[in-house]
Amino acid sequence: MELVKDLPEIFASFSEQRQKSFLSVKEWKDKGKPVVGSYCTYFPKEIAMAAGAASISLCATSDETIPEAEKDLPKNLCPLIKSSYGFAKTDKCPFFYFSDVVVGESTCDGKKKMYELMSEFKDVFFLRLPHEQTEKAVALYRDEIVRLKDYLEQKFEVKITEEMVREATRVNNRANKALKDLYSVMKHDPTPVSGYDIFKVLYGSTFRFDRAALADEVNALREKIEREYAEGKHFEKRPRILITGCPIGGATEKVIRAVEDNGAVVIGYENCSGEKAVGIQVEEDAEDIYEALSRRYLAIGCSIMTPNKNRFQSLSEMIDEYHADGVLDMTLQACHTYAIETNKVRRFVTEEKGIPYINVETDYSQSDIGQLNTRVAAFIEML
Amino acid sequence: MERKFLGIDIGSTAAKAVVLDEKGEIEQAFTVPTGWSSFEALKSIGSKLGMPMDEEHYACIATGYGRNAVAFAGKTMTEITCHAKGAMTLFGENPMNVVDVGGQDTKVITCQGKAVEEFFMNDKCSAGTGKFLEVMANRLNISLEELNELARKHTEEVKISSMCTVFAESEVISLVGQGVPRENIAYGILQSVAGKVSQMLGKLRNQDLDVYLTGGLCEAEYFQELLSDVLGRPIHSDKYARYAGALGAAVFAKEQAEKGRI
Repeated sequence: MELVKDLPEIFASFSEQRQKSFLSVKEWKDKGKPVVGSYCTYFPKEIAMAAGAASISLCATSDETIPEAEKDLPKNLCPLIKSSYGFAKTDKCPFFYFSDVVVGESTCDGKKKMYELMSEFKDVFFLRLPHEQTEKAVALYRDEIVRLKDYLEQKFEVKITEEMVREATRVNNRANKALKDLYSVMKHDPTPVSGYDIFKVLYGSTFRFDRAALADEVNALREKIEREYAEGKHFEKRPRILITGCPIGGATEKVIRAVEDNGAVVIGYENCSGEKAVGIQVEEDAEDIYEALSRRYLAIGCSIMTPNKNRFQSLSEMIDEYHADGVLDMTLQACHTYAIETNKVRRFVTEEKGIPYINVETDYSQSDIGQLNTRVAAFIEML
Repeated sequence: MERKFLGIDIGSTAAKAVVLDEKGEIEQAFTVPTGWSSFEALKSIGSKLGMPMDEEHYACIATGYGRNAVAFAGKTMTEITCHAKGAMTLFGENPMNVVDVGGQDTKVITCQGKAVEEFFMNDKCSAGTGKFLEVMANRLNISLEELNELARKHTEEVKISSMCTVFAESEVISLVGQGVPRENIAYGILQSVAGKVSQMLGKLRNQDLDVYLTGGLCEAEYFQELLSDVLGRPIHSDKYARYAGALGAAVFAKEQAEKGRI
């Protein structure tokens, strides 16, 4: 097995922050440990963990690499896909650079075809994700997860036993539960902290190698927040916004800021930073652990599923449990599945849940901040 | 001395100001071109007011994209909320849909129960906005008023199919090149904006409410006729409707001042 261990040639040109990230992954690699990179919440990281590899989310959230990506990809494509590809191509993402394999998945059409191009210069393992949540789909995705396990065994020259997968599942369940418990502090009214504070922890957690240590740290953080809340330390009382829609991070954090700079607070993320990523537990004592994993991942309420009833279920629960005053649905330009689903989400939120809804479409540029602020501020003035 | 209530709406093309007296009656309503800077526009508003423009003389709320330039304002609010308030002040508090074709963006707003219930705005694109009309009028070498009057005299219903301002401009250039009469092109331009507005209204949940037009096109009678045809319902407006944003801001200023908040 040959792992990527050397720094890229353009390393010296990077900013200090980026150099640091490169060096911290290099440290891990120098210990002889592999890295599996992924882009999507549907990736069963338990398998990578069982293989003794770090499972890391790859860079996909800045417009920095989009011009480079547009040399190969069409302009009117989702910025997340362009950014991912651009980072991959330019060696600017430390995690991609050091990934020994990248796991892609058939979520949306744009990503699916992008992975084809990516596989020309990187090892890409492609998971065939079914787009429905039936028993047949569970069986199909189970087989895909086993295929991934077989691939990693061969690639990293390790044996992955069922018990190892089960143990990784326990560790990851615990990390996910810790993260979910952390954002549950936002059920308090007024909230203990800002939604942006919570976001930074959730987002940061996707770049961590050690999921066991992560759980302990996040639990300690939650306890500290609860303790201080009991002592009367909290955020001011504000209108409460639930965010749903496409993944948020990096450039699109402007949406969270637009909410919180204009007088409201984000109380939850029904998206890949929050509920979709960590909200569901795997049944760790299930007879067939692979099937249990398949069931957990397929349960994600992503718009690429059809029908996508789980998204409405978790929206409904979050609106009630977090006492949301309004829902903001963020869609990325050219993301067809989320854009089309806004219609149903709007009707569900306004008619069935009886609270206001707004959809904002944006991309990774900062040029729409003025309009974004006006729109979001007007929405908050409505509440 | 009693303060008066001032609403300032600095848009991308025009800046509007409305002064209400102690009883809430409109005392002054005027517009100045925004020009290149919100600060310059604010100065020219100041020169037209009856009293010095400061907190002592006016309880002020600012709105519009240049709202942050108004340093002495007690508060800023978005143009969506202010337009809705202005429309409800002018037209009563019955449920209605408000259409505002602004210089930079076009909005449709459902007002119900004294508040905004739902709204849509154009995104980064200028299709269907005042900017679109301005670019096209410039291309035809006429003013916006002339564009309206010319369009009424059309002999054929020319269709401009591109929504994008840049593409539509090339379409207009090629129509000019083909020798299509200016009045027919003018018609196509207005029709395109009416079509875009109707598409935005179609997104609202309550599409069947009466439609009220505020903002820059309130005096464009022919545009209103066209829009009314496209929507199949009458369009209501008012001589003060172009000041709706500033009026709404002034009414908010009065409410807030009376509660001692600004």
